[in-house]
Amino acid sequence: MDKPETEVVECDLLIVGGGMAGCGAAYESAYWAQAKGLRVVLVEKAAIERSGAVAMGLSAINCYMGMKWGENQPEDFVRYVRQDLMGLSREDLVYDIARNVDSTVHMFEEWGLPFFKTPEGRYKREGRWQVMIHGESYKPIVAEAAKKAIGENNIYERVFMSHILLDKNDPGKVAGALGFSVRDNKIYVFKAKAVISSAGGATMVFRPHSVGEGLGRIWYAPWNTGSAYKLMITAGAEMTQMEHRLVVARFKDGYGPVGMWFLLFKAILKNAYGELVEEKWADLLKEWLPYGEGKPIPTPLRNHQMIRDHLAGAGPHYLRTDEALQKMFADVQNDPRKVREIEADAWEDFLDMTMSQALLWASENIDPAKTPSEVVLTEPYLMGSHASGTGAWVSGPEDIAPKDYFWGYNRMTTVRGLFAAGDGVGGSAHKFSSGSYTEGRLAGKGAIAYINDNGAAPAIDQDRVDAVTSELMRPLEVWEESRAGVTRGEVNPTALSPKQSLLRLQKIMDEYVAGQGSGYITNGPTLARGLELLKMLREDLPRMAARDRHDLLRSWEVWDRYYCAEAHARHVLFREETRWPGYYYRGDFPKLDEANWKCFTTSRYDGAKNEWTLTKKPYIALI
Amino acid sequence: MPTYVNPDKCDGCKALDRPACQYICPNDLMTLDKSLGKSWNQEPDLCWECYACVKTCPQGAIAMRGYGDVVPLGASLTPLRGTDAIMWTVKFRDGQMKRFKFPIRTTPWGSIEPHHDLPAPTVDDAKKPGLCGQAMYLGVDTLPAAGKR
Repeated sequence: MDKPETEVVECDLLIVGGGMAGCGAAYESAYWAQAKGLRVVLVEKAAIERSGAVAMGLSAINCYMGMKWGENQPEDFVRYVRQDLMGLSREDLVYDIARNVDSTVHMFEEWGLPFFKTPEGRYKREGRWQVMIHGESYKPIVAEAAKKAIGENNIYERVFMSHILLDKNDPGKVAGALGFSVRDNKIYVFKAKAVISSAGGATMVFRPHSVGEGLGRIWYAPWNTGSAYKLMITAGAEMTQMEHRLVVARFKDGYGPVGMWFLLFKAILKNAYGELVEEKWADLLKEWLPYGEGKPIPTPLRNHQMIRDHLAGAGPHYLRTDEALQKMFADVQNDPRKVREIEADAWEDFLDMTMSQALLWASENIDPAKTPSEVVLTEPYLMGSHASGTGAWVSGPEDIAPKDYFWGYNRMTTVRGLFAAGDGVGGSAHKFSSGSYTEGRLAGKGAIAYINDNGAAPAIDQDRVDAVTSELMRPLEVWEESRAGVTRGEVNPTALSPKQSLLRLQKIMDEYVAGQGSGYITNGPTLARGLELLKMLREDLPRMAARDRHDLLRSWEVWDRYYCAEAHARHVLFREETRWPGYYYRGDFPKLDEANWKCFTTSRYDGAKNEWTLTKKPYIALI
Repeated sequence: MPTYVNPDKCDGCKALDRPACQYICPNDLMTLDKSLGKSWNQEPDLCWECYACVKTCPQGAIAMRGYGDVVPLGASLTPLRGTDAIMWTVKFRDGQMKRFKFPIRTTPWGSIEPHHDLPAPTVDDAKKPGLCGQAMYLGVDTLPAAGKR
């Protein structure tokens, strides 16, 4: 194997990941960087025109206040998020996104993103916080702005970032990051005074519903491998709420969105016997006070009702699209033109963002106006932008953050100069696309302020760069070394393919860490056994073999998911209560424990010792 | 529905620097088979069916076939993406057809001017709350600050 070439790129701010948060960071930092002529560089493992969770498009923007219309205030949003997260959110961070998000959305409209409008010219609401868009080209539009803001010469595509580099003389401070080209035999070393980790949440840590050709048909993007978390965990940054996973109800097999159906079309979830799940299991909510009596019903409690109904033998569960559409058709007196408009809205919801669901309907001859569609709960995801809160423990904004939540620069992690945004920030949910972009902007501005105050050149540890370089290329060598041991095929006594490794991780997580195949239930001993198996998997992962650069990418994506998995398992073990029933259950601690666990959990990983330290952090209400 | 490539249509994007599908695929799936001179999906079980390659292919050579382990055969879903709108043709298993057209952009591609009409930034302002262009875009006069310390 030829030794890879190394390219060193010097910049002031490095943005790792060009999804919504990364593009927001590029846009905002490029502006503030002008004051001192700083260089901003963005690196992305794919092409930013279609990368990140919004690559496919979206049919709604789910975080918009509408302050100019007096529709909502940031305080209202904080109360909503707190309720949905069963009490625990970093309210300073949530508030900060809410008070700024409208400017992002208005900018998107100016750039050319098409919005549905009311006759009065307002954005058409799908729900209280959601507005409807024609979002097929959402990401290409946002990417165009990012490219123009920092310049295409400052965007490095098809480069996978695997390691944060810490300062040689001050290991509590960031000095850059390192990764490899997905296309060429090349290592990239980025020297930077500040780094933003906006590289996405984690999918496929758990075994999904489909495990054959449909393995990749999961709800969140399969290229979101948890890079944002792995980069920060291994840099020693403190992480928070890594147990706070997401499980959502979605149309079965296609994973099409249900938001518009529930909120706008007022479709009802019924079981096979026509019973309303929410009404039938209303009493369950009383076991989860005070959140069970609040409105809206938190996402995990709605899941909890579905799970109980399933266990009562009342499945399948159907979203009654037929009843909802027939009512809407009747409301417009079956006017053919209006019926056609309603039907187009229904299909566009899928065609903008989950085309597979549309194809599945066509494949099963489903007309949603005549036939209801099955809804199931997904496998768990680790993400900080939806109704869950995994991510880094970051500083809040100076003007509103409580003292314990502020350490100098907005969205900076506990590693100086290392910032996070989007799925990367923990304890601050419901940002979705617009909020993630806004948080990228906040992190971008915070990072420039940090660089303005801390201008010293970073000191790269060349020994570390050499060691990581050799580690990065190792899977290619394992492939060469192991081939001679067998005649042909993937069965090898000394090597694992990246796919085999991924499936082994998913099996452990599903069976021991409360995956969907285990009914989302675990307990202390089961988790301890899972951690034993994870330890042996970790010992075997250096035996991953890569035939080519595609396999090399996949190998390092398995490492991303591994660190996410271990962090998640350790956090689930640490929190001795069940706070989010319907996301997961601790069978040995089946109840909410407000007295002991109304707090954030945090963890710090010591890479040198391979040790994790978990602690509690206080919850402080802002509103 | 992982992608598959029609060999009669795919020309390997010989006229371009690189195959368009290989450039755009978010999951590094579409790649050129150098011996065939044509593209293929090298790992269909990690295809999200995002249609990025289907929409971008200059030859219209890429289509989807429902996941073998999930989806009944016979249907198709075909986009035709222009500069300001996308047209979808849905063909059902039983032969029924539906067509939909949706806008995708209200301005010309390449027309975005970031930070236009904004004043030059200062080092001091970078430490204050709020984002660039707030006066132009936020829609209210002052940035809310509840529970301000």
